[in-house]
Amino acid sequence: MIETNKILSFLNEQFPDTVLSTETQYDMDVIHLKSESVTDIIQALKNHPGFSFEYLTTMCGIHYPDKKQMAIMYQLHSLSNNSRLRLKVFLPDDQPSIKSLTPVFRAANWMEREAYDFYGIHFEGHPDLRRILNVENMIAHPMRKEFPLEDQIRSDKDDKMFGR
Amino acid sequence: MINLPVTDTKVIPGEENFTKLNLGPTHPATHGIFQNVLTMDGEKIVRTEPTIGYIHRAFEKIGEHRPYYQITPLTDRLNYCSAPINNIGYHMTVEKLIKADIPKRVQYLRVILMELARITDHLICNSVLGVDTGALTGFVYLFQSRELVYEIYEEVCGARLTTNLGRIGGFERDFTPKAWAKINKFLTEFPIALKEFENLLVRNRIFIDRTVGIGAISSEDALNYSFSGPNLRATGIDYDVRALNPYSSYEDFDFKIPIATNGDTYDRFNVRQEEMWQSLSIIRQAVEKIPDGPFHADIPKFYLPPKEDVYENMEALIYHFKIVMGETEIPSGEVYHSVEGANGEVGYYIISHGGRSPYRFHIRRPCFIYYQAYPEMIKGSTISDAILTMSSMNVIAGELDA
Repeated sequence: MIETNKILSFLNEQFPDTVLSTETQYDMDVIHLKSESVTDIIQALKNHPGFSFEYLTTMCGIHYPDKKQMAIMYQLHSLSNNSRLRLKVFLPDDQPSIKSLTPVFRAANWMEREAYDFYGIHFEGHPDLRRILNVENMIAHPMRKEFPLEDQIRSDKDDKMFGR
Repeated sequence: MINLPVTDTKVIPGEENFTKLNLGPTHPATHGIFQNVLTMDGEKIVRTEPTIGYIHRAFEKIGEHRPYYQITPLTDRLNYCSAPINNIGYHMTVEKLIKADIPKRVQYLRVILMELARITDHLICNSVLGVDTGALTGFVYLFQSRELVYEIYEEVCGARLTTNLGRIGGFERDFTPKAWAKINKFLTEFPIALKEFENLLVRNRIFIDRTVGIGAISSEDALNYSFSGPNLRATGIDYDVRALNPYSSYEDFDFKIPIATNGDTYDRFNVRQEEMWQSLSIIRQAVEKIPDGPFHADIPKFYLPPKEDVYENMEALIYHFKIVMGETEIPSGEVYHSVEGANGEVGYYIISHGGRSPYRFHIRRPCFIYYQAYPEMIKGSTISDAILTMSSMNVIAGELDA
């Protein structure tokens, strides 16, 4: 296990003023970062011989409409040290944009396409930023919180065969 | 021909003479609904453009609108070949969120079911790989054993394929004597069938010629593409969630993590084959060592009380009502929990802001992550090899599209 304090002191030394805050969520430490240099930070954490976060477990977008914010969660895993780390980046709600992680992890390609598809986050430098699961000509980004699911008790549908 | 935008936009000299070929969306050899547009130079594949999303069902969005206990059936339909692993993985994530203490017996029962599910999943993958190379016998023969496992599921939870197995906190009922009898039947009959299946394929000259060196990927590339599960272990990296972050008492069992070195189709086949033997050994140990005790955790706020109590006991009635209406209070927080699924690390990431349903429900689907390496893995090979590569990677459309 890697102590988070070591990571924090490394980040403060190499990338001053990028760490916003830290928290512990259950068994994992979360570092909140400024969005500008997150790709460089992940690259540095990956190449650092002591940490070697060489595995991108997952990443996803999160929408916080109350704060008018969009977040991206990156989860790294250092297999050699058996240590997991979650990084969170906050972006503005309208037209969120961040540098792509694809030069560091090729696995980020489809994960970023998914985040673009569902949240409309633009990834600068992504080789092929298209929708991945939804149809090409869709205009909305459906996982954003302003899109509700269909009302369960709507009565305007006349569908005698399948109920409702 | 639809002109799709391409991933690999580099123009290859002489491209106007190449053939475009649609492999899918409903091609029998892809074993699922997804499309690959192949650019072919004669017999050689020079470019692949995968299109996925044909069975996208918006599980993450639906999950944000459902009470926690109603999300389990959604997880069935991710990797439908090993639904119990997904169910139990999800339950364990919620249990982590509510900090529930799970009895030892529940953990052992879960291990038995998860290993059975792993066996069925690997069994389908490997026997279908045999079919794709032209050996139908092993497939038909092993499906008898798969049937035995499905009968166990049926006895435990009533369903077969999409199991919706267990509850948050444990199981709805303990295993019946009939279920134990069926498990014992499986444990005696399956090794014989598996051994015979191995005799058919492992040293088979035709099978070896078709699979060795096909669809190989190096360990560096596999790691960069975030491979997990048997596909990563076939490249030589011994990452297994069961060993690295033991959950559900996996630390109590003695098992080996099989690895191979070349990362090709034959290696993936052999890793899966050996994992089935290891799973069998884990099930035997669990059946032998299983302790007595309750079959669910003592969490009245989240686990439905017995029906008799609901009629007679005020407290039970209140809990019953609250759980069914999805009005139980869930602590707020962010939790990630992963289990070793049949295809790799299946992870659930839940953000709870209190309330009846998750604020954000994200699933790490191993298939979705490793399938993006497919175009690179089949570059320069023929279609018949591309089919084998896809088959041995065990790409499941449900997991791909969520």
